[in-house]
Amino acid sequence: MPDTGIGASVRRKEDFRFLTGKGRYTADLNRPGQAHAYFLRSPHAHAKVQRIDLDAARNAPGVITIFTGADMEADKVGSLPCGWTVTDRHGKPHKAPPHFPLVRDKVRYVGDHVAVVIAETLAQAKDAAELIDVTYQPLTAVVDPLNAVAKGAPQVHEEAPGNLCYDWELGDRAAIDAALSKAHHVTKIDLINNRLIPNAIEPRAAIGEHDAGTDNYTVYSTSQNPHLLRLIMCAFVLGLSEAKVRVIAPDVGGGFGSKIYCYAEETVCTWASKKVGRPIKWVAERSESFVSDAHGRDHATHAELGLDKDGKFVALKVETHANMGAYLSSFATAIPTYLYATLLAGQYTTPAIYANVKAVFSTTAPVDAYRGAGRPEATYVLERLVETAAREMKIDPAELRRRNFIPPDAFPYQTPVALQYDSGQYALALDEAMKMIDYKGFPARRKESETRGKLRGIGFSSYIEACGIAPSAVVGSLGAGVGLWESGQIRFNATGSVSVFTGAHSHGQGHETTFSQLVADKLGVPIENVEVVHGDTGSIPMGMGTYGSRSLAVGGSALSRACDKVIDKGKKIAAHLLEASVDDIEFSAGTFRVAGTDRTKAIGEIAFSAYVPHNYPADLEPGLDETAFYDPLNFTFPAGTHICEVEIDPETGAVTVANWAAVDDFGKVINPMIVEGQVHGGIAQGIGQALLENAVYDPDSGQLVTGSYMDYCMPRADNLPSFKVATTETPCPHNPLGVKGCGEAGAIAAPPALINAVTDALGILHMDMPATAEKVWRLAQARRQAAE
Amino acid sequence: MPTVSMTVNGRPAAGEVEGRTLLVDFLRENLALTGTHVGCDTSQCGACVVHVNGKSVKSCTMLALQASDAEVTTIEGLATNGAMHPVQAAFKEHHGLQCGFCTPGMVMSAVDLLSRNAKPSEPEIRDWLEGNICRCTGYHNIVKAIQAAAQAMKG
Repeated sequence: MPDTGIGASVRRKEDFRFLTGKGRYTADLNRPGQAHAYFLRSPHAHAKVQRIDLDAARNAPGVITIFTGADMEADKVGSLPCGWTVTDRHGKPHKAPPHFPLVRDKVRYVGDHVAVVIAETLAQAKDAAELIDVTYQPLTAVVDPLNAVAKGAPQVHEEAPGNLCYDWELGDRAAIDAALSKAHHVTKIDLINNRLIPNAIEPRAAIGEHDAGTDNYTVYSTSQNPHLLRLIMCAFVLGLSEAKVRVIAPDVGGGFGSKIYCYAEETVCTWASKKVGRPIKWVAERSESFVSDAHGRDHATHAELGLDKDGKFVALKVETHANMGAYLSSFATAIPTYLYATLLAGQYTTPAIYANVKAVFSTTAPVDAYRGAGRPEATYVLERLVETAAREMKIDPAELRRRNFIPPDAFPYQTPVALQYDSGQYALALDEAMKMIDYKGFPARRKESETRGKLRGIGFSSYIEACGIAPSAVVGSLGAGVGLWESGQIRFNATGSVSVFTGAHSHGQGHETTFSQLVADKLGVPIENVEVVHGDTGSIPMGMGTYGSRSLAVGGSALSRACDKVIDKGKKIAAHLLEASVDDIEFSAGTFRVAGTDRTKAIGEIAFSAYVPHNYPADLEPGLDETAFYDPLNFTFPAGTHICEVEIDPETGAVTVANWAAVDDFGKVINPMIVEGQVHGGIAQGIGQALLENAVYDPDSGQLVTGSYMDYCMPRADNLPSFKVATTETPCPHNPLGVKGCGEAGAIAAPPALINAVTDALGILHMDMPATAEKVWRLAQARRQAAE
Repeated sequence: MPTVSMTVNGRPAAGEVEGRTLLVDFLRENLALTGTHVGCDTSQCGACVVHVNGKSVKSCTMLALQASDAEVTTIEGLATNGAMHPVQAAFKEHHGLQCGFCTPGMVMSAVDLLSRNAKPSEPEIRDWLEGNICRCTGYHNIVKAIQAAAQAMKG
C-alpha cells in the first residue's frame, strides 16, 4: 500500500487549521467599513403586505438604510430563477412564478423576506427591525402537498392554478396498469417521505462588497458552487457582468445541498453594497436557517409493485406529490423527476415502470436537493415495497432481492426509466453485508432480546444512486439550464511545487487531501509539494461545484486529464533535453526516461526548463500549466446493501440501533479513511430522517413548529451506534479514475433499512418516518393488545 | 459601556462591551479569536464551547461580563508551541472532523471530559457529547478519536 498515493488513508491536509481554530469561514471575515444586514421576515405563512411603515426604524440609532421589495423593483432587480425546466405530461413547461429577493405584494411562507435593515452594528439592525410596522392581511395557509392540490385550497401563486407546478410522467401508464392487473401478487403502499431541514452546522452567511473605483464586486458566501452562484446572481437577478463579480466561498461548514442555491440574502447583500457604498455582512442565526434554508424531501406517495408467483418483479407504478414550497429554489424541479423517477428500477430487473409526479406549491419554505436529492426518496419507495412484498409473500427479504438483482453479466444495463447502468455486483454486496451483520445469528439474537422483554428487528436496503452528475448533453435534453462538466488545472511552479485548481468545492469532503493524493500519484511528486486551490472565482477556472457525489468522478477526472496534458508536454521537453524522439520517452513515478536507457529527467527539472526555457524546443510554448474540462459520458452508479438491526423497548417505544452493516461499491477508492467518514455521516443523516428528524408546519397557521434544535431532533452521539462499513470495488468503466462517488450513499440507503427493521420488530407492514418513541410505543401497545 | 477584563489563553484581555454582549461575541469580535463558532441560538449545538476556569462552557450562553476576571481557554489556546494537544492530534489521526465547524467545540468538550474521566467508555463518551452536534461525521470517528486520546494521555 502506498503511503500517500491512490488507495492510502492519508491524514487530511486541512485538519491542522480546523483543529487549531485557524479555519476561515465567512462569518469569521470582516471587511473594512462593513455594515451589518438583518432581514425582517414574515411572521405569517400567507398574507398580503398592505403597508410597510419604516419611519420609526429609519430613525433608530445606527441605522444606515432600510430596503424593501419596492427599492429592488425600482432598480429592476429580477427574480431568483429555477435553473431546470421540467416539461409536463402535456408538453408544457413547469409553472415558474416569480421569486423576488424581497417580497413585493405577498408573503408566502414564515420567514419570507420583507425588508432588510442595514446598520452600523448587528444589534442596532435587529433593534431597528423591531420598529418596522408592517400591515398584513392574513390569508389561509396550506402546508401539505396533498391538501395544496385539493379543491378550494388557497392559491399560493396566481400563475399556478390549483398550486400545480407540473404534472409529469415517465413510462406508459396503461401498459403498467395492464401488467399489474395480470400480476400474481401486487404489493401496495402509501407513504410519506418526511420533510427535513439540512442543518449544516455553519449557518449561511454572506458579505457583499463593491469597489466604486472599478465597479467590481466581491462576494464572500457559504456556497458549494461559487461559479454557479455568480452565474445565477449576475445573469438572472442583478444583471451584472460575471467578469465584474468575484465570488469567494472560503472554508464552508457543511452543505448537504443547502448551500448550492442562489438565495435572497447574498443577492441582497451584493446589490446593497453598491447602494450603500460599504461592504454588507449578513450571518444567519440558526432560527433563520430553520425557516429559510431550502428544505428537503416532503413527498406523499402511492406505489404498487407487481410480482409473479416466483417473486419476480413484473411492474412498478409510483404516484408522488412533491412539495416545492412557496417558491422554486434553484434546482427544485429536477429533484422529484430526473433524480427520483429515473432511479425507480433500483438494483432490479423490473421490466416495466411508470411514475407520475405532481409538484405542488405550498406556503412553506422552498424545497430542493438535500443529501441524496430524489434518490433517497426513490430508494425509500422501492425498498419499502420490496420488504413489504417479501413479508406478504413469505419470502426471505434477502432472497427476494437476490431473485430480482440485475446480474453482473448484464451490464451495460438499460433500465426502463431512462438510465443505463454501467457496472455493478449487487449480490456480492448483499452477501458481504449479511456476513458482517451475522444474518444467520439473527433469530438467536431476537430470542435473547425477547428474554429481556425487548423486540428485535432486522431490515435491508439495497440501493442504487446516479452520481457523478452529470453528462451535459443528457441533462440539457432534460431541461437543465447548465452543463455539468468540471474543470481542473495543474500548474507546476518553476521550482517544482504544484498548484492544483479545481472547480469542485470542499465543505467537509477533504478535497485538499484526496485531490493532492491523486495529483501526487499521477505526477510522482511528494504530496507536501501539492497545494489545492478552490472556492474562488478569481483564481480558478469556471467550475460547477460540489453536489450529487460528483467531485471525484467529474472534478477528479478533470484533474487526471490535466495531469495527462502536463505529462504529454513534459515528454516533449524531456525529448529535447535528452536528445531523443518524443515517442521514446516514458513517464513513471515522476521521471521521464528514454525507453530502455538510464537517461532520465525528473519532472521537477522539466518544470524548471519550462519556465527557464534557455534550452527548449523551438516549437513549444514555455510554461507547464494545463487545464482540462471533463464532461462525463454517463452518470456513475454507486450501489450497495445496508442492513440494520434494531432493538425496541415496548415499554418506552425507544428504538436502539443495535447493529449496522454497510457494504458499498464506490468503484476505485482514493482515500479509504475519507470514504468511510462520508459513509458514517450519510448513515447518520439517514438514521436521523428515519428515527428523529421531522420538519413540521402547523396545518392551520403555517408556522414552522420545529424551528430550533429544541424542537427539531438532530441525531446526537448517543442516538447512534458505531457502524460496520466495507466496500466492494467494481470500477466505473467510463471515467479515467474508475471512481463512482460516496457522499450520499448512507443517506440514501439508511432510511428504508431502519424502517424495515422497526416494522419487522413490531410485526407490522408499515409506519411512516420518523419512528419516534411515541409512535413506536403506540404501535407496540397495539400489538400487545391484539395479542392478548 | 462597561469594561470587562479576563485572561484568555494565558494573556490579559480587556474591552468595552454592552451588557448584552455574549462571551462568544467578545472572543470573536473584540479579540478576533474566530476559532470559537456559533452554530445555533438555543445553546444546543456546542460549536462555541470554551473553557472558563478549566471547565467547558457554552460561550453563547454566558455574558462577557460574567467572565470578568476568569481564566478562559479557547481552541486557539490548546496547542502548545505549535504542537497539537493529544485530543487535537487524535481527531486528525482518526478523521474525527470533516467540515471543521463543530470541531473546536467538540475538541474543547472532549478535553474537559478527559480531565474528569481519564478512561471513558464508548457510552460515557456518547452521553457526554449530547451537547455537541456534528452533522458530518455520524460521531463514529469522534468517539474513536476521544478513546485514542484517552489512551495517549495515560502515558
